[in-house]
Amino acid sequence: MSLLEIKNLHVEIEDEGKKILNGLTLTIEKGQVAAIMGPNGSGKSTLAYVLAGRPGYAVTEGDILLDGESILEMEPNERAAKGVFLAFQYPVEVPGVATMTFLRTALNAQRKLRGEAEVSTPEFIKLVRDTSDKLGISQDMLRRGVNVGFSGGEKKRAEILQMAILQPRIAVLDETDSGLDIDALRIVSEGVNRLRSPERSMIVITHYQRLLNYIVPDVVHVMAKGRVVRTGGKELALELEAKGYAQYTDEAA
Amino acid sequence: MADVTPIKTPAEQALAAAYDGARGKLPGQGAIATLREDAFKRFDAKGLPHRRVEEWKYTDLRTLLRDALPLATPPDAEAKKTSQGSGAVFAALNPRRLVFVDGAFVPELSDLTPEKGLSVGSMADALLKGDALVAAHLGKTFESDDTALALNAAMMGDGAVIRIAAGTALTRPLQLVCFTATETSNYTRSLIVVEKGAQAQIAETHDGCAAQVNTALELVVGDDAQVDYFKIVATRGIHVGSLMMSVGRNARFDTFVLNQEVGVVRNQSFIRFEGEHSTGAVRGVNLLRGEEHVDNTLLIEHAAAHCAGREQFKAVLDGESHSVFQGKIVVKPGAQKTDSKMMTRALLLSDKAEADNKPELEIFADDVVCGHGATAGALDPTLKFYLMSRGIDEAQAEALLIQAFIGETVEEIPHEGFRDAVMVAASAWLKTREVKA
Repeated sequence: MSLLEIKNLHVEIEDEGKKILNGLTLTIEKGQVAAIMGPNGSGKSTLAYVLAGRPGYAVTEGDILLDGESILEMEPNERAAKGVFLAFQYPVEVPGVATMTFLRTALNAQRKLRGEAEVSTPEFIKLVRDTSDKLGISQDMLRRGVNVGFSGGEKKRAEILQMAILQPRIAVLDETDSGLDIDALRIVSEGVNRLRSPERSMIVITHYQRLLNYIVPDVVHVMAKGRVVRTGGKELALELEAKGYAQYTDEAA
Repeated sequence: MADVTPIKTPAEQALAAAYDGARGKLPGQGAIATLREDAFKRFDAKGLPHRRVEEWKYTDLRTLLRDALPLATPPDAEAKKTSQGSGAVFAALNPRRLVFVDGAFVPELSDLTPEKGLSVGSMADALLKGDALVAAHLGKTFESDDTALALNAAMMGDGAVIRIAAGTALTRPLQLVCFTATETSNYTRSLIVVEKGAQAQIAETHDGCAAQVNTALELVVGDDAQVDYFKIVATRGIHVGSLMMSVGRNARFDTFVLNQEVGVVRNQSFIRFEGEHSTGAVRGVNLLRGEEHVDNTLLIEHAAAHCAGREQFKAVLDGESHSVFQGKIVVKPGAQKTDSKMMTRALLLSDKAEADNKPELEIFADDVVCGHGATAGALDPTLKFYLMSRGIDEAQAEALLIQAFIGETVEEIPHEGFRDAVMVAASAWLKTREVKA
């Protein structure tokens, strides 16, 4: 069985009725890293949000199966406990909620939903320290409110830290490369690559081929007008970089 | 149009009858009796404050106080016994507890062990004996023509009279434990004089059954003195509390009020900076639900130069609750280099809750920094989704965000014990909150 199966998914923005996803079908195998590329407005970020369960989107047709089980009716926190993780394109600042408290509350909430025991304090502190060191996240940053006062690059690193602590089974990275300089891109990519495993799948959403030099995908899907229009190997990214997206926007029209 | 004598409400008539019946028995002769008479006349002329009185616009006491409850009688043994757990929120600080049951001082439940530089007595005794400290300060800390305060002056029965002598730093916090054992009304007046260079931490708690309480505290902060004052109102019924404060030179004060699990509450603070180079903060948090109503009204007067004032109030509103903040900063002529800032924020958790914010500035000096801000809004759905996407359920996500919202103000409380007490109280409130899907 595939880890994630998205079947003929149709999604509208609630209240507006604007259709964003238009019969999207996509399968992600266990341990696979899939890149999703496509022009602005093709529905990439919507797909990420719908997977994570963000309110405001109406699924009018189709289904999303994780291990063969539909997740459409699940709350975002239930999906997280099942192993879904979204690294946000624009991680929000949560003033007044210390990063350490947040991470620990999240980890224990997931474990509780899965019927697992809570992590002990020393165990948790060690886990966070080891991971944050590798990502160049200082102890001072961890004491602050979640993402408060972080630069764009620091926020992206903090997302990867969360991912490393929460150990998802399917991680969706939504334009994790946006706003990063070369050094930050390398740190973030290394963080992601450390988490690659035969047990964990990833969906890497990006506009640019550049990120895929660092996080080399097993498969590349091209999205346009709310569906997957082409699928190929990693060389497809290079072709897109050379030719642009014009042919797909025309084809899908 | 000719002057119209307003028709008295049943509550106003009952209050007049109560004063008539009590006037011969209320403590104090001579000047005190005159003060009561004058105050009652002022109250009687205007009646209970109502919505056409600007300062009471959002808390129409005339409507809210439909029936005046009978005056409390001295507490019996049973009433005293039920007060045992009152004000336990500060137990961890091992405070010196001064216990009032239905407005009457109960010495046998109070901690009256001697401490150097501290004198503690009952206001009823002081009024009867013509105490010199009371004669020097009573009604003079901050004169106001507020009618609720006038009613308090007319009817004041008991309270605390506390003097902290010059240079004394109290070893333990004081706690005025105000417990209502019966559904009656009571009027207390306290006076606390913190003399030059003295330091005091003062807590005041109000709990018990749904009574009508009109309480006033005159707090005199001397030159170089440092005062932390922390009040918690957690009682149904109607609570009207007035704080009158005068602040000397080079002093520091921090006040905080927490209103939670209440009926109708009006906290009014009248604070005057009288000496230069003093700093003071006035803060508060309301955690409201159901039909609870809390009104925090401030009048901050800068009468001396080089003083800094900080006012910050937060309200979390669920159900059909109502929160009011009115803050007026007045900078008198000559109070140059005043630095005064006021901020109020309301977090609305329900469509039916209401928050009214009214900040005002009146500035008569030309070299000052003054500002105010007010916001009202719902929980940010983006933040909530972010927390939930990490595995945190809806109730906990909201609790974290509410805690963060009030945390910004609570973290500013300099006294660690007071700070912890408010967070404990807030967590209890959050735990009993129901999240609507």
